[in-house]
Amino acid sequence: MIRDALLVAGKDLRLEARSRVALNQVLPFALLVLVLFAFALDPDRGVLEEATPGLYWVAVLFSGLLALQRSFAVEAADGNRDALRLSGLDPAGIYLGKVAAVSVQLLALEVLLGVGVVVLYTTELDGWPLLVATVGVATAGIAAAGTLYGVVAAGLRVRETLLPLLLLPVLAPVLIGSTRAFEAALGGTPSEGWPWVGLMGVFALLYVVAGVLGFGPLLEEA
Amino acid sequence: METKLPDRPTGAAPVVHLRGAVALLGRFPALAGVDLDVDRRRTVLLRGPNGAGKTTLLRTLAGLVPVTDGEAVVLGVDLRSDARAVRHRVGLLAHATGLYDDLTVTDNVRFWARAAKARPDDVEAAMARLGLDGRLAHVAVGRLSAGQRRRTSLACLVARRPELWLLDEPHAGLDQDGRDTVDQLVRDATASGATVVLSSHELDRSLELADEVVTIAGGVAHRDADLGAPGRVEPGPAGPPDGAHERAPAPGAEAPS
Repeated sequence: MIRDALLVAGKDLRLEARSRVALNQVLPFALLVLVLFAFALDPDRGVLEEATPGLYWVAVLFSGLLALQRSFAVEAADGNRDALRLSGLDPAGIYLGKVAAVSVQLLALEVLLGVGVVVLYTTELDGWPLLVATVGVATAGIAAAGTLYGVVAAGLRVRETLLPLLLLPVLAPVLIGSTRAFEAALGGTPSEGWPWVGLMGVFALLYVVAGVLGFGPLLEEA
Repeated sequence: METKLPDRPTGAAPVVHLRGAVALLGRFPALAGVDLDVDRRRTVLLRGPNGAGKTTLLRTLAGLVPVTDGEAVVLGVDLRSDARAVRHRVGLLAHATGLYDDLTVTDNVRFWARAAKARPDDVEAAMARLGLDGRLAHVAVGRLSAGQRRRTSLACLVARRPELWLLDEPHAGLDQDGRDTVDQLVRDATASGATVVLSSHELDRSLELADEVVTIAGGVAHRDADLGAPGRVEPGPAGPPDGAHERAPAPGAEAPS
């Protein structure tokens, strides 16, 4: 399973490196969202500063949706899903590989968005351990749930519009938890943020287990 | 034209054994009770009009389309109970290429071969065999011609060394050299112990390869001729058996798109 996961993750990351969709489309989109928020809230700088954690994670979620859709769009093209089913790869390995590849892309995106927040919103970063832990578990949760719902939507003609409808409500706990944890870290009270990290850790773990068990049947039905 | 076939040697289990196999596409019975036996190292040609069920039969044998009624055993695996168990042992060349456009030819062949736990030597050999080991090796698949993509799909299949080759119009889109390569690959596959089921509208070329011809029409298979050694006996005229087209879909069924 681990071997298959590494193989699929390597393939997906190589695809992104060659196509540069994440670099040329997802990242500019994410930065544009940050800029638009800045335009919208600039007259009241205080509101922008207070809303920075939420705006950051909303930008991550919207951009992450694009990365997740891309992850399954390449499998929907030209018989690739059938080829995957015939490949002999363990479905759980395929799931974990896709989660890993999406996570790597999200982490890179989150770092660059973090730089954007510092530059555009003049945010001073503090509470690094909590920030790093939040980014880690939130990324795992988004990738784990997104990959599971991605394969549900993959076989449908309306997958581009269906995935956000399915996924965004499911990711509400991650949005709330990561925003609260970031507020605690940036506000100088990290102890208030760690319970949220724990909650998101449980969320990610549950979806990883559900994905390992359920991805195979869902791939068959997609 | 139906030919009396010799009895199978006792104890030799067929690679493919279908009895009254039914497969549905939606509610449409794309296979409406197919009987088919294919022995090891044989090459069987499926022929029939468009929409007859040839592609569905190949996908069913690959374990991709569920069998809803009848018996279906491929490579000793009962498709009705565990179709996934046979998939990694078959190689399906479909109309769709199953390739990633943004990856190079080498990346694609290597990925699918590694997924099937093929040896690195097999990847190199397969690419060389299909003429993909030169400049083309490092070209993104999305920039290839249809024929070159077909060659790449074939290389992926060859590198996997499947026990059962399922080839859907394998000559389509290939130039003369590519078609000759396909023919030689089929001969080499059976010589090395594999079994081949192929569909083709290029009857002249395919009949040279086939040991048996099966006509499929209206979702029903009809064995036309056992040709013995490839190309040794001319088969009967092409076309569905009497009455094959008369088999109506189930009430309320819709034709597949």
